Amino acid sequence: MRPFSYQRVDSVSAAVQAGRIDANGHLDAPVQFLAGGTTLLDLMKLDVMRPQRIVDINPLETSLSDIAVESGDVRLGALARMSDVADHPAIRKDFPVIAQSLKLAASAQLRNMASLGGNVLQRTRCTYFRDVSWASCNKRIPGSGCAALEGVNRKHAVLGTSENCIATYPGDFAQALLALDATVDIAGVQGDRTIAFRDLHVKPGETPHVETTLLPGEIITAFRIAGEPWMKRSLYLKIRDRESYEFAIASAAVALDLQDGIVRQVRIAIGGMATVPWRSEEAEAVLTGKPLDEERARQAAQAAFAAARGRGENAFKPELGRETLVRALLEAATLEF
Amino acid sequence: MDASSPLKSSPPENLRDRCQTLDLVLQVNGRSRRVVADPRVTLLDALRENLGLTGSKKGCDHGQCGACTVHVDGRRVLSCLTFAAAAEGKHITTIEGLAPQEGDLHPMQQAFMDHDAFQCGYCTPGQIMSAVACVTEGHAETDADIREYMSGNLCRCAAYPNIVDAIKQAKPLMRERDA
Ligand SMILES: Cc1cc2nc3c(=O)[nH]c(=O)nc-3n(C[C@H](O)[C@H](O)[C@H](O)COP(=O)(O)OP(=O)(O)OC[C@H]3O[C@@H](n4cnc5c(N)ncnc54)[C@H](O)[C@@H]3O)c2cc1C
Ligand code: SF4
Ligand code: FES
Ligand code: FES
Repeated sequence: MRPFSYQRVDSVSAAVQAGRIDANGHLDAPVQFLAGGTTLLDLMKLDVMRPQRIVDINPLETSLSDIAVESGDVRLGALARMSDVADHPAIRKDFPVIAQSLKLAASAQLRNMASLGGNVLQRTRCTYFRDVSWASCNKRIPGSGCAALEGVNRKHAVLGTSENCIATYPGDFAQALLALDATVDIAGVQGDRTIAFRDLHVKPGETPHVETTLLPGEIITAFRIAGEPWMKRSLYLKIRDRESYEFAIASAAVALDLQDGIVRQVRIAIGGMATVPWRSEEAEAVLTGKPLDEERARQAAQAAFAAARGRGENAFKPELGRETLVRALLEAATLEF
Repeated sequence: MDASSPLKSSPPENLRDRCQTLDLVLQVNGRSRRVVADPRVTLLDALRENLGLTGSKKGCDHGQCGACTVHVDGRRVLSCLTFAAAAEGKHITTIEGLAPQEGDLHPMQQAFMDHDAFQCGYCTPGQIMSAVACVTEGHAETDADIREYMSGNLCRCAAYPNIVDAIKQAKPLMRERDA
């Protein structure tokens, strides 16, 4: 690991000041915030991330780790730990998709460490990105090419890809946030702002090394959800190569407002398949206002993957993704509460 | 950690000047231990190299195997992905500090022996630290739960079924003891 300096901050404004630096993007900035460290330390040991200064934001835990459900609305502090949110009774009962997406991720130890803010900013597991002995990786070295296009790419993305990068966004929780139309509170040198969670991540396009719309120094302070009673009818279905402790090869987050068998509203997000947390409005449009049965669910899944593109080893993924979504939709329809 | 545990050394002003030595005090197994180290030192390396507590093992050093599991403020975490500096001010328990007193065994340690819940033993300190937390968290109610909540601890010798049995033996004994 390369040398760096370490400092602690005791306020959000001090963190923002300490993180203020010129860089291309938030995640390759020479100053990095330390939350749980489970992405950062891993990638620093691999020499993929090379921060010169680490700003430990854990002292802010007292103010940034709240898990609040008040008059139906949710506020999740960025430093709340995955395990605490997954085990929170009101979250489990009223927003099961959140609890499930967190509980099915990583391991008990990692969930005790990892924060929600760090979780949504975790980096891809693409092996060419993680192994610096590969010369070609546009995400790691802009302009160097993409070794995965013609390489080992079974786990790579089929949605939202570009000729420059096909790396899968690996997280689970982000799909739950999309399915509940969450917003993100951000603090920065220019002041505070709130954006839709769906506007946080950006597709690789021409610049795979830019992964989010955060500016260097900006810090996520919280996630918020305007709760609705029907969000009880939500779930996260995660398909993995092994039964536990594995990233999704396919997943679906579904939140369904179903009345007398008719879909009033539905929000669908797809994981394990795309370069960014992926919301499928195409699938939602197929279902809205219609009765939900298996045929309709299949049409929705077709729509969700209409633009999917496999490249070699990952050609099986659209079909797996469709089956996963169909199962998730039908399971959501039968939920009792 | 709170703001009341300020760093004794301040970080260099210049970004490029990255030479910094931290003078840390870690609370390990109920004792205050001084560690003077570079910021790069992980909690696992501080325990093993600086403090001579070699019970916690380094399997992968990347958060994948669980061999380095310790308790920080009563929660199981991976010491290989924790900077020593970030653990300052917290209560750290390692396998060496699990038994109430020297010579005694924690019920989970005894249960691992009774059930042959290891072969080579390399993963065992991590398994035991994780297993104790699994019980105190309330995640050891069914066999399926135990398997799920112990999935972050890999065992190349595949002692898994025996580990589940050991946890089932230790659970009521731990509850009795803590009652
Ligand atoms: C073996 C293993 C298995 C895993 N399996 C899964 C899985 O199945 N599913 C899954 O979803 N995840 C999985 N993960 C990933 C894990 O969930 C993430 O590493 C974790 O959530 C990151 O959170 P953290 O707090 O540790 O982030 P850190 O490592 O502390 O930070 C990550 C990045 O975010 C930045 N950052 C952190 N907090 C903020 C903030 N508040 N504002 C702005 N920037 C911030 C940091 O500067 C850094 O760049 C796994 C990880 C490992 C090691
Ligand atoms: S898929 Fe993206 S991350 Fe992987 S090698 Fe190509 S550019 Fe790099
Ligand atoms: S050594 Fe820490 S998880 Fe493997
Ligand atoms: S006993 Fe050998 S690795 Fe578990």
